[in-house]
Amino acid sequence: MKNFYYYYRKYKSIFIYILCGMSALIAIIPLLLIFYHTISLGIAAINWDFFTQLPKPVGESGGGLANAIVGTLILVGLGCLLGLPVGIMTGIYLAEFGKNTFGNIVRFLVDVLNGLPSIVIGVVAYSLVVIPMKHFSAYAGGVALGLLMIPTITRTTEEILKTVPRSYREAALALGITQWKTTLFVVLRTALGGIVTGVMLSIARAAGETAPLLFTALNNRFWHTSLDQPIASLTVFIYNYGVSPFEDWIAQAWAGALVLIALILLLSLAMRFATRDKYSG
Amino acid sequence: MKKNLIFLAATFLFMQCSFAQLQLNGAGATFPYVLYSKWFDVYQKKTGIQFNYQSIGSGGGIKQVIEGTVDFGATDGPMNDTQLAEAKTKQGTDILHIPTVLGAVVVTYNLKENISDIKLSPEVLAKIFLGKITKWNDNAIVELNKDKVLPNKPIVVVHRSDGSGTTYIFVDYLCKVNEEWNTKVGKGTSVSWPVGLGGKGNEGVAGQIKQIDGAIGYVELAYAVKNKLNYASMKNKAGNFIKPSLESVTTAALNESKNMPSDFRVSITNADGKDSYPISGYTWLLVRKEFKDEKKGKALVEFLHWAVNDGENYAAELLYAPLPKKVSELCEKAIKTISYPGKK
Amino acid sequence: MNTNIQPQKLHSKNIGDFIFKNLTLFFAIFILIIIVLMVYEMYSSSAVSREKFGLSFLTQSVWDPVQEEYGALPFIYGTLVSSFLALLIALPLSIGIAIFLSEIAPRWLEKPLSFFIELLAGIPSIVYGLWGFFVMVPWLRENVQPFLIENFGNIPLFTGAPYGVGMLAAGIILSIMILPIISSISRDVLKTVPRAQKEAALALGSTRWQATKIALSYSRSGIIGAIILGLGRAFGETMAVTMVIGNRPTISASLLEPAYTMASVIANEFTEATSEMYLSALIEIALVLFVIALIINSFARLLVWSVTKHSDVQGKM
Repeated sequence: MKNFYYYYRKYKSIFIYILCGMSALIAIIPLLLIFYHTISLGIAAINWDFFTQLPKPVGESGGGLANAIVGTLILVGLGCLLGLPVGIMTGIYLAEFGKNTFGNIVRFLVDVLNGLPSIVIGVVAYSLVVIPMKHFSAYAGGVALGLLMIPTITRTTEEILKTVPRSYREAALALGITQWKTTLFVVLRTALGGIVTGVMLSIARAAGETAPLLFTALNNRFWHTSLDQPIASLTVFIYNYGVSPFEDWIAQAWAGALVLIALILLLSLAMRFATRDKYSG
Repeated sequence: MKKNLIFLAATFLFMQCSFAQLQLNGAGATFPYVLYSKWFDVYQKKTGIQFNYQSIGSGGGIKQVIEGTVDFGATDGPMNDTQLAEAKTKQGTDILHIPTVLGAVVVTYNLKENISDIKLSPEVLAKIFLGKITKWNDNAIVELNKDKVLPNKPIVVVHRSDGSGTTYIFVDYLCKVNEEWNTKVGKGTSVSWPVGLGGKGNEGVAGQIKQIDGAIGYVELAYAVKNKLNYASMKNKAGNFIKPSLESVTTAALNESKNMPSDFRVSITNADGKDSYPISGYTWLLVRKEFKDEKKGKALVEFLHWAVNDGENYAAELLYAPLPKKVSELCEKAIKTISYPGKK
Repeated sequence: MNTNIQPQKLHSKNIGDFIFKNLTLFFAIFILIIIVLMVYEMYSSSAVSREKFGLSFLTQSVWDPVQEEYGALPFIYGTLVSSFLALLIALPLSIGIAIFLSEIAPRWLEKPLSFFIELLAGIPSIVYGLWGFFVMVPWLRENVQPFLIENFGNIPLFTGAPYGVGMLAAGIILSIMILPIISSISRDVLKTVPRAQKEAALALGSTRWQATKIALSYSRSGIIGAIILGLGRAFGETMAVTMVIGNRPTISASLLEPAYTMASVIANEFTEATSEMYLSALIEIALVLFVIALIINSFARLLVWSVTKHSDVQGKM
């Protein structure tokens, strides 16, 4: 009887471990499928025109999404203009001076901002930027993306600054260097790799956002004429084209998705290599 | 890294200078989108002026005109008096409805058996959209289509999830022909649908129908034809089954043009006449009566003149019915009343 | 916590330090202001709807722009059910993956596998939507749902027609999206369990699974935290869900029926809300989403706090 129980326990253990291995396999399946379909359906519409031409009107084949690719880059750039200074400086504040109630409040708010659905950010950006400016604009889209980027940048900056050994600061301070210089030129420099990781993560996230752009940046079939005008973005184009019934457009939506994934994949790979030695773990 | 990003941003800020051309932004109806994108493409090649038109739905077009976030709007369901008054207070100007073309809303469906040209009566159509008829081989449908074998398949209703003028024309028709619809659901650019799935835009609805076996929905004629969807013949007021076509729509418009009011806000659904297709309507551009920006005002007025004259020639090939001569003359007059700084 | 010398005190007279500190403070305050502004904006813009409907906004199920009657219940229901359905699918898988990665997999397998799973988190939601709409939904409609209706059609959960789009599709796509979050946090938490714990159990004659069970109970609160964060993501997900859920404000027991979520209704109807009441109702939904995010984060924080207070676990949250 005892013997039976022993084998029961042993095989149960093995059985459960096999289940665990299978769940890892199951999780990989959708990833592979998504990659497979995006590549196989997207590659057909990828050509030189796709990267250099404007979209064609309905019913005419050809054309590309050049304006949308550039538009996404500009929107992310504008987002950085807001997200980088606010995120990094707040991160520094939290790490260096934030061991108080106000610091905790800010930390909490940053978490709330991080958990906020991106569509809500879009609503806010519409009310705060689009309505007063009387225009859908690249700025409004940039503000929405910037707000989305802040939490990731803030939290990584804070975390990374905390990992810089105290001895670095003490050494600098002992040399008579003022604290702000110590923070900027010693601590921040040491932590730069980690902060770049945070920035890249937030850029990757922002580049893939659609919901907050729907009613801020709107969309544009042409090149944008100025930043206070509507601007195209890859994600909104993928959405508009993806739900359309036109074969050409659907193919271009898949191609757009392929470009977007490639962009994000490259970013995360670059990030992995840039930071692999310094911060593994 | 930060430096690089700023450099990147600066490059793009610089790049955009080279694209500086007059660009007007418009948003609204998806119903005439196919034609408008053709018009704006042709007009850009002709004059260099760019019209960026986003088909976000008629409800959206009306709202953005009220808020003044676009230079012009487009809708297939006219603005009501409250909305016009709101626009007047917010924008300080009247809003004009300029009809551009006519379109038919067709009842389109997808049956794997490839049964074409199903006939429907107003009562049956209303019952399907009220959720009272749920199978394709329901007696009421079989009765109208004795020559066909209809499958025992559930009917999947697809409607618009966004505010839409196509919806407006469609439910305006259902209100006129079915009392229960009129009291229970009513009309508007978006309504509370008793049954069905929502798709965004004419594109979204056509896309859903194309995917689902047994689906029925309503889209603009051009979308149905372009996507090779089957569509139904409708029984009109005179009792004839009419297939939607440019002729049957223009006939409806002509038969109703005697009632055209001066602000063009008119419904021509369930039109008189034995050859009139019953679910059709005008689609309008919404423009300010007084422009503050000279360049934009001038460009838009010139475009409108072009549209109601030369532009009409592109309508038929894209399956929109051009305006009856009588109506386009009225339009010319209305366009002349638009003012902008520096105009004469 | 263990800083006993506050460096800035040594240099408090330095003007550069003063400016620097206040500059960083300024940006921290900026975040506070943004959030306050957001709440104020949403609160004041939703006034019309809040006054007319009061709390019944949350309990009414009619959403009728023609009669100007707005109730958010179908959207709240859709959001909750799709998210919990996602959790139901993702949780066992995630825990399995976490155990596999932290306890079983050799290092050469663990690294690339973790990378793959993190890649899942990096795919934009619009791509999930596109894939869901064109690949998964047709598959559900042609294979899975007819099977479910055939065999389990008498259970209310699986009645109706095989639309493809609907609650089930939304739940599945969401489960793929929250899986990486839950599994990677759970893995990290499991890894923080001291080796001695497991080794002690093994020494007493436990099987490896029994030792793992002890590790699991040890990291319970960390895993709950991961679940909460996953739920938070599912609640707010917009594009992918909008494309596969069917966009219909009804409450139905069947998972095959179309539904609607709070985030999707905003995405679909925000630009077209023509009347003030309509717009106000949509913004109130945004406000509800904000409050949910607030509650979720407070809860997560409370959890971390209670864990660090009552034990020495340095939870990796």
